[in-house]
Amino acid sequence: MPSLHYEYQVSGDDFTRAGEASSDIKNKLKQMGVSPSAVRKAAIAIYEGEINMVIHAGGGAISVEILPDQIAMELIDHGPGIADIGLAMQEGYSTAPDAVRSLGFGAGMGLPNMKKYSDEMTITSRVGEGTTVSMVVRFE
Amino acid sequence: MANKFFHSVYLNGELCKGCINCIKRCPTNAIRVQNGKARIIKEFCIDCGECIRHCPHHAKLTRRDHLDLLEKYEYTVALPAPSLYGQFNNMTDVNLILTALKLMGFDDVFEVSAAAELVSEESRRYVREHPEKWPVISTACPSVNRLIRVRFPNLIDHLLPLLPPAEVAAKLARKRAVERTGLSERQIGIIFLAPCPAKVAFARSPLGIAASGIDGVMAIKDVYQILLSYLPAAEKNPQELASSGKIGVGWGIAGGEAAGMITDSYLAADGIENVIRVLEDLEDEKFTPNLQFIELNACSGGCVGGVLNVENPYLAKAKMKQLNKYLPVSLQHQEDHAFLDSGELYFTEPITYEPVYQLGSSRMESMVNLKLVETYMKEFPCLDCGSCGAPTCRALAEDIVRGFAKKEDCIYLLRDYYDTLKKSQLLQETGNTKKTMEGTPYENPGIDR
Repeated sequence: MPSLHYEYQVSGDDFTRAGEASSDIKNKLKQMGVSPSAVRKAAIAIYEGEINMVIHAGGGAISVEILPDQIAMELIDHGPGIADIGLAMQEGYSTAPDAVRSLGFGAGMGLPNMKKYSDEMTITSRVGEGTTVSMVVRFE
Repeated sequence: MANKFFHSVYLNGELCKGCINCIKRCPTNAIRVQNGKARIIKEFCIDCGECIRHCPHHAKLTRRDHLDLLEKYEYTVALPAPSLYGQFNNMTDVNLILTALKLMGFDDVFEVSAAAELVSEESRRYVREHPEKWPVISTACPSVNRLIRVRFPNLIDHLLPLLPPAEVAAKLARKRAVERTGLSERQIGIIFLAPCPAKVAFARSPLGIAASGIDGVMAIKDVYQILLSYLPAAEKNPQELASSGKIGVGWGIAGGEAAGMITDSYLAADGIENVIRVLEDLEDEKFTPNLQFIELNACSGGCVGGVLNVENPYLAKAKMKQLNKYLPVSLQHQEDHAFLDSGELYFTEPITYEPVYQLGSSRMESMVNLKLVETYMKEFPCLDCGSCGAPTCRALAEDIVRGFAKKEDCIYLLRDYYDTLKKSQLLQETGNTKKTMEGTPYENPGIDR
């Protein structure tokens, strides 16, 4: 079974570059003939992850594996970690600083949206060490 | 059904020098230079006209109708696009332009800007009644519609399902002409004076309707000089023909259509690269949920930026603002057009996704091809030099898997190949590799990969 692998580095201090990974993946999935709704789900999920890494973790790395019937995304950062994952998953809960909120980010929808738009999602996090989010979007 | 990939943009092969200006400027990577001549890939082209704008040899042209078309009909009506009004110096009265159009040979005129006011009115209603479609995306620019159709399938549902003003003008003009003359519909020629190739393409191969009501499309730049010569006569005896206000005429410049929505919750982007960026962000849901309307124009400055105009877009914009200053807000209202059911303003055909970027006929084939593309990408220098005739290394890799190109089209790979051949030849002659490698002029450390 063919598979494709992509790696992206998310820069920690540059908002304008967040979205590069989601754009790139979006185009590849369209070239593969993946349904528009699945492309949308994957793109939104990765973009939310990119933004989270910029706001909270000083950047990170995204590794993507595409199979004929699904895309698996692993987002790894070495930021502060999440103390209470249950709380962080609540819509509207955010620890984003005011400077970020004034840019229109930090609405507390990042992790909830990643869960909403992916078919599977797991988070592992250790305070002081970092966070890993794994997501899967199935194509059909 | 009309050819869904009909294009108004075409190449004059004799003028084309095979340079890379157009392939680098094309926003959809739709042009390749092959055998020394540019070739347009019809599935990717959106008729935006950027290649026409940038070709230094004027080899890219627009298919359109010319003045002799007037002889085909018993009675002709000109539909001037609002951007026509921005082409003249010191123009204070639209009636002069409209009178000159009649003097040059049209039997009547019907301003596209008049129809635009009706479209604005219906757009306001549609946006108000359909919050689930927010942000509603304008469909007035045919290039943007074609772009969304091939590249942004998730946004198709947000498209404003209303006919562009020129199409509504064609309906109204034909009805009026039949009433005035008693002629049959076929004896009447409805001729649009257009600012851009995209609108020419729309009239031949529309999206949203099965067939256009426009019989012919002439370029503003083709009628411009003739109009100039009739302006003095028009000034002596101007007719009262103008029937649109600020909202209608404003459609000719970027932000004009959005201004007619009479809401603060809008975004207006112009210039095809900016449009693409907005659509990308929109697709990723980067916008606030209460944004109601998005106006997009492929040309910088809006329709005045179309390549079939004469005047610099920003000068034209300034002139139109001047002209617009003393016009009433709006002169057209749907209630004044008893025969126009508001349903007639709507699309009758769905716009459907055309997955032209797919790399194979099945998911599996596409995936195998995409993997192959990534393999080629590791070999290519990623300089995007355009020497192979494709705009980027990636485009070349995709062309190879589609069967339109070969690896040796890359001059860097070809040079390496030549180098290897030469080395092995020298090796045979001298039996000493090291010395000959140092001596070869092709060992250029400037190319890093």
